[in-house]
Amino acid sequence: MNENASRSGAMTKKILYINRRAPHGSGYAQEGLDVALIGAAFEQDVAMAFIDDGVFQLKKGQDTQEIGSRNFSATYRALGDYDVHRVYVERESMTRRGLDEDDLMSLVYADEEDDWQEKPLIRIVGAKEMRDIIDDHAVIFNF
Amino acid sequence: MLHTVNKSPFEKNSLETCLRLSKSGSKILLIEDGVYGALKNGEMASAVNQCRKDREIYALGPDLRARGIEYDELIQGIAVVDYPGFVQLAAESSGVQSWM
Repeated sequence: MNENASRSGAMTKKILYINRRAPHGSGYAQEGLDVALIGAAFEQDVAMAFIDDGVFQLKKGQDTQEIGSRNFSATYRALGDYDVHRVYVERESMTRRGLDEDDLMSLVYADEEDDWQEKPLIRIVGAKEMRDIIDDHAVIFNF
Repeated sequence: MLHTVNKSPFEKNSLETCLRLSKSGSKILLIEDGVYGALKNGEMASAVNQCRKDREIYALGPDLRARGIEYDELIQGIAVVDYPGFVQLAAESSGVQSWM
């Protein structure tokens, strides 16, 4: 079965993971990322949305050496390799926190439909579009 | 008195309450997710700046670095301290109130 067939097959579920917590103050962010990657490894059609303090998870330059916890921020780079091609960040959440696009880590995926060209993974969307994205998913997990 | 805040101001009102209920001359140290309150372009910046007139505000360096926050992203006048600085602030204070 090729990948497209498996993606459209009855067993494939379209899942949205909504991340609303800052990265290091609790375990939510790391668990959300782990569960999303596991779902993607089992060929689920995974999308991730970063809202509220969740946008801080994607801030670049995180270095946890001094606080003695694992720096899982590097793991977001694996999303593209696990065929997660839909990563949405809400613009309104970024604005409230004074973040712009340059503050976020740059994540890419190789687009097999376009000669494996590297394409940006993160898409910044307004609340209006985020509303549609949420509404479009029947299965949603919250972290 | 030393006041510490360890929650993101965008998720909880701990910082807001700390700013409201700390006396002039006291010190405020932002730790863990509390360091997001030190972002100069964030929504809390004007309230924090206002407080700087009569209170000293600090942020814990290791927590800033864990979250990828650079010094030039901080509200001007916020002093960055490391763990020994945290201990010193606590030791010099009459007491510590943790806003959680």
